[in-house]
Amino acid sequence: MKKLHLAGLGLLSAAFFMQTGCKPKNANNAVTADAAAKAYVAPGKYDEFYNFVSGGFSGQMSVYGLPSGRLLRVIPVFSVDPEKGWGYSEETKPMLNTSHGFVPWDDLHHTELSQTNGEIDGRWVFGNANNTPRVARIDLGTFRTNEIIELPNSAGNHSSPFITENTEYVVAGTRFSVPPDNVNGDIPISSYKQNFKGYISFISVGKEDGKMDIAFQLQLPGVNFDLSHAGKGKSHGWFFFSCYNTEQANTLLEVNASQRDKDFILAVNWKKAEEYLKAGKGKKVATKYAHNVYDEKTHTAKSEIKTEVLVLDAKELKDICYFIPCPKSPHGCDVDPTGEYIVGSGKLAALIPVFSFDKLQKAIANKQFEGDYEGIPVVKYDAALHGEVQKPGLGPLHTEFDGKGNAYTTFFVSSEVVKWNIKDLKVVDRAPTFYSVGHLCIPGGDSKKPNAKYVIAYNKITKDRYLPTGPELAQSAQLYDISGDKMQLILDFPTIGEPHYAQAVAADVIKNRSVKFFKIEENAHPYVAKGEANSKVVREGNKVHVYMTSVRSHFSPDNIEGVRVGDEVYFHVTNLEQDWDVPHGFAVKGASNAELLIMPGETQTLKWVPEKSGMYPIYCTDFCSALHQEMQGYVRVSPAGSNVPLTFSTGKTQPKESAPKK
Amino acid sequence: MKKYGILAIACMLTIACNNTETPADTSSTTTAVAGGQENVQDNDSQKDVVKVAVGSKDHTTLVAALKQADLVTSLSNAGPFTVFAPTDAAFGKVDKATLDALMTDEKKADLQNILQYHVTVSAIKAESLQDGQTLGMVNGDNITVSIKDGKVWLNNSAMIVASVPAANGIVHVIDGVLLPPAKQ
Repeated sequence: MKKLHLAGLGLLSAAFFMQTGCKPKNANNAVTADAAAKAYVAPGKYDEFYNFVSGGFSGQMSVYGLPSGRLLRVIPVFSVDPEKGWGYSEETKPMLNTSHGFVPWDDLHHTELSQTNGEIDGRWVFGNANNTPRVARIDLGTFRTNEIIELPNSAGNHSSPFITENTEYVVAGTRFSVPPDNVNGDIPISSYKQNFKGYISFISVGKEDGKMDIAFQLQLPGVNFDLSHAGKGKSHGWFFFSCYNTEQANTLLEVNASQRDKDFILAVNWKKAEEYLKAGKGKKVATKYAHNVYDEKTHTAKSEIKTEVLVLDAKELKDICYFIPCPKSPHGCDVDPTGEYIVGSGKLAALIPVFSFDKLQKAIANKQFEGDYEGIPVVKYDAALHGEVQKPGLGPLHTEFDGKGNAYTTFFVSSEVVKWNIKDLKVVDRAPTFYSVGHLCIPGGDSKKPNAKYVIAYNKITKDRYLPTGPELAQSAQLYDISGDKMQLILDFPTIGEPHYAQAVAADVIKNRSVKFFKIEENAHPYVAKGEANSKVVREGNKVHVYMTSVRSHFSPDNIEGVRVGDEVYFHVTNLEQDWDVPHGFAVKGASNAELLIMPGETQTLKWVPEKSGMYPIYCTDFCSALHQEMQGYVRVSPAGSNVPLTFSTGKTQPKESAPKK
Repeated sequence: MKKYGILAIACMLTIACNNTETPADTSSTTTAVAGGQENVQDNDSQKDVVKVAVGSKDHTTLVAALKQADLVTSLSNAGPFTVFAPTDAAFGKVDKATLDALMTDEKKADLQNILQYHVTVSAIKAESLQDGQTLGMVNGDNITVSIKDGKVWLNNSAMIVASVPAANGIVHVIDGVLLPPAKQ
């Protein structure tokens, strides 16, 4: 019976297809041949958008062009990158310094482009470190990480690096609550409820130079802070954070942090926090955290350990923080372009609640609270609720906006992106993803002015989408054209690491900012050689400083003798080129670290401690010219205590009498 | 099977249309295979919860219902899932007319609601379930666990009779169908 019935259904469906099959509109799940044309960028043509994609456990950030999906650059951020000498050169090592010392790896989850008046301004992109909690700022003139700040009292910086609409602040919320830094953390894990606290950091960003500083931290109950977004427009002055594990479990969170029907969205009135700071309510708390800044003039990073942070107690100062109940372990916490609607995505919830900023304000003013959670008022769910999207899909995670009244939400379990109308909360379109989508990105999709031509889905599973490569398969993004009513899948492209959040912006906002070279006359590196005439080798005890230059197609000096086993040799290589796209590389045989990659006009230093006497070739690693393969030299290393004089030269022809003897 | 058939027909029709009515458009439409990870060809890895159910001779009704409710793609996902899987005998206890009605497209939402009431997102072994524990199910409602004489009961109406680990979770075979609480 059932089989017959199903067969009948099949026939009915076939009939339906027959009627609609000839209409020009393509079925939603069809990949049409025009997809190729839509994603095609002709050789020699620029892409229309930059896409800044988090590298997840690679610790780096990658830059893709859209719609082609072409990889343009991998920017090293929190992990060492031997390719670029990042974390290996003496100049960049301080960038990875922390209160735990040099940390060569991290897990970068989210990217956020700086904004002015709620629009992407193209100056910087921020990234978060999810393991050893930090925030990085990358300059979009040089595409280099220029600053990294560590977060005290935190563990696992996940709800970060989201910003306010004029980049006044970049925030960071602790994923793991932990005992604060200034108390003894050597206590039973089971004392979580008594001793563990959650901290949220507001990092101020310099208006002109982008310099970061922790303006204040809010001390909150011990829960897991997950994601966040700033209010905008009418809700500018507020910040919203999702939090889970309000059960305060410290083991098997898979089960134990899913017990309550509702966790919370935390609403933070940061303008009020500023008032309290002005009134002197902040407490200076002892701690240790690193602040690392790369100086474009000295081409050198400096790391400073700071020892104090200002903390506001959200429980004592009653009107900074409010909890809004949100079903089942909310993950994404997204604010629409008008600033009125706050979308909480409970990853275990069967619906999507949408909260209203106006209703929240009224609820707070009228004290419509259902009680408090560890001293923080809990607003009544219905009092703050605009409405719920019913049965939208399974496992809602993240939402971006098109600026036309629609929201796009990813569903991990049902592997789809669902488009819905914010006002009437009705689903208007669905598109499958392949497979298990996490974050998504619409250019400007979390700003006041989305540029909604595409939505990109970042998937967790790619089984059978690409040629197999062993147990680990390509990480993947999928590009959909959303210029029409229906989402249309037009491209799959692999990504580095694991892509979490990403942002995209029209190329015009950034491309003209690109630095082509650094002016050699402005190079203030203490070991710069501004011209070959200034190249030299200087011994200071067992330290040997090589002031080296590189220009097409030789080093100066390229012959060095008199180095001894036990010496610390510092190759300070200045790239004399004043031309775009002409970096030089530098490598020495047996070096236990990496190469240098020196941008035009820049000086970078490789430390080398030779352990055996002998002949050590050096060469340029970045194909620079027709005679790149000639760009090489030698360093002679003699035994410790040898009396071979320290000499250096370039182009000195060998005198006949000193020809090698047997 | 059914879906493949329809898609093949649709595909042929579309191509036919392109040939006759839209000569200017040389692009042929390639229809994507409907569904998701359930279509991944992999006979080597441990079976997921759907494949465990499909491989059981006692779960033909459940498998048919999962397909009708479009839940195969979701349950082929990374999970982790705990699936309470009523046997054919358990479905046999449900009024036949009601069951047949649930298998129609008009009642698809109801069927989805019931089946999602049998799934929770987290892999929980039977021995980890505790007396009095509530589990939040995918449809948004809760079920209550009770332990009697060493047996695990759900809502006092169905008992776990066997448990099968799967790649993306665990399948607990149960002897009754769980019905979600009526909505106010």
